[in-house]
Amino acid sequence: MLESIFDPAFADSVARISIPILLAALGGAICHRAGVFNIALEGFLLMGAFMAVLGSHFTGSATWGTLSAICGGIFMALLFAEFHLRRPGDPIVVSIAINLISLGLSTYLLRAVFDVSGVFQSDQIQKIALIDIPLIKNIPFLGSFFSGQSLLFYLSLAIVIFAHFFFKYHQLGIWLRAAGENKQALEAGGVSSKKIQFIALILCGALCGLGGAQLSISNVGLFVENMSAGRGWIAVVIVLVTGGRALPLLGLVFLFGTIDSASLRVQGFGWPQQFTEMMPYLASLLALIFVCYRKLKFEKNTRGIRNV
Amino acid sequence: MTHRLYSLLAASMLLLVTFASLIWLADADFFKSIMAFFKGAFGGRKYAYLLVTISKAALITGMAIAALIAFRAGLFNIGGEGQLVIGGLASAFVAINLPFGGPAGIFLVLLAGMIAAGVWAIIAGIMKLWLGVPILVGTLLLNYPARYIASYFVSHPLRDISSGMPQTHLIEKSLWLPLIPGTRLDIGFIFILFVFCLVLIYCYRTVGGYEAKMTGLSIDFANASGLKTKKISLETLALSGAIAGLVGAIAVLGLHHRFTDGMLVQPLYAWTGIVAALMVSLIPWAVLPAGFFFAAIHSGASGMERTADVPKEIAIIIQGMIILFVASKVPTAFNQNIGDGK
Repeated sequence: MLESIFDPAFADSVARISIPILLAALGGAICHRAGVFNIALEGFLLMGAFMAVLGSHFTGSATWGTLSAICGGIFMALLFAEFHLRRPGDPIVVSIAINLISLGLSTYLLRAVFDVSGVFQSDQIQKIALIDIPLIKNIPFLGSFFSGQSLLFYLSLAIVIFAHFFFKYHQLGIWLRAAGENKQALEAGGVSSKKIQFIALILCGALCGLGGAQLSISNVGLFVENMSAGRGWIAVVIVLVTGGRALPLLGLVFLFGTIDSASLRVQGFGWPQQFTEMMPYLASLLALIFVCYRKLKFEKNTRGIRNV
Repeated sequence: MTHRLYSLLAASMLLLVTFASLIWLADADFFKSIMAFFKGAFGGRKYAYLLVTISKAALITGMAIAALIAFRAGLFNIGGEGQLVIGGLASAFVAINLPFGGPAGIFLVLLAGMIAAGVWAIIAGIMKLWLGVPILVGTLLLNYPARYIASYFVSHPLRDISSGMPQTHLIEKSLWLPLIPGTRLDIGFIFILFVFCLVLIYCYRTVGGYEAKMTGLSIDFANASGLKTKKISLETLALSGAIAGLVGAIAVLGLHHRFTDGMLVQPLYAWTGIVAALMVSLIPWAVLPAGFFFAAIHSGASGMERTADVPKEIAIIIQGMIILFVASKVPTAFNQNIGDGK
């Protein structure tokens, strides 16, 4: 049973499934670090996925599709920024509204522009090209993980490593963290925290847009109503669990990717489809419980010390 | 005052422009769509569409009440969807297996839905109080297991194979909610009105309601005043879940007479309810008109889809925009720092 789950195609699917969540979680991490409580990742991702298909269909080019996905994500981020930063909207309420608007707008445009409901598929949709890496692709098992993926896979890995150093050493990264941890200090230093948070939101929108592009024009090459299907929420949980740190985030995302693609595999063994589809959500719940419980215990144990 | 008037005017203009451009995108006639919208929301032969709006409004208001009760106690329960589904599933299960019908049967079925959904909501409360999981994320993540559990039950053990759809058998006629004479409207909305009145009394006139509100406004103050905040939180969550379960049971017994996969998730009852409660910034009595307002938008959009060929999802977009504008006028409906898991 184990060999039939863990074959090269499995390694490939882990990578493909993980990228949208990874990109969305990176966007979420930037917002989290900058002190923007953004739970609209689901909406950003969905809009990105839809705009990718729209762009790719009308221009016949995957590059333009990806760019329009980025624009879609940024557009939703601008909406978020307008109502949460420039006006004093509650981030949770704004997030719920943005998730609704994304769901409504993508489904509406699907039916208004393409005249189909449910699934949109066409020959004009160009998929993002896959990249074969000469030597690496011959490594058994890992080869199909690291080679033959879309450009976005390598890009997202690079962004993770970049983000790690960015938060630590880069001026903007430090400002971002300051905006989240100590707004007053940042303002005293002459930097507008609103501006920094605005930049964080735009970056988040762009990253989620890329994640959406991976979802629709790389993994499959079509658009389905409500395509993000909870991935954005899983990204939110991952961000909360890792506290927005880039490297733990990467590990957790691949853990989820593994669970997700394993759950697709065990469907072949006659497990009910509903139970296997539920597994990623249960896994994120368990991860959340684990981390929150440790934090709770830590706070309980150190209460005496911290109060001194 | 003039400033507020201007901003209201600007918001309405922006909404109208969005509305018009969306209709233009769908290649539909603007005035025909508007007519179709009002007819779909309030008109029809013998006011048939108005009755549909009322029955939808009942479900949305029910979910709004469920959200309101939790929110005002500082519990950001956005898992109404999961509680609704579990309540609907449990009531369908009991209704199919119940050997007798009539009012007693209906009462039992409603009770089953309420208990199941209440228990489902308490799970999130337990995770919050003893494991430290923020209510917001805990309730949200429980939505998905609920959805898949219901989906499993209606596609395997409870499935009506002959219908070809993932749905349960039709419920015995004696368990259906009776119709208002001369119409096709079931009495489900009366139950919701009754609950609404009870909740008004609970919010404005009872000690329990006051203590819940106090816990929501400042949990430290409530603790210092000697309230058992843990108990209050769990009770409030159970109450909120039970109301969501009642809505699910009413939808099963009154509207659909069976449980079909996705029938409570797809129309976004729970999210619309949350939005309705937030729109009126958690003022209990205002939840009823807000629920009716959103129900009218939804059935008006269905009317536009029928006659003017405008996809009905326009309702969701308009709803999202309205809540954005309202959110920017009412800074925080919550004094609690929910996001940090406190």
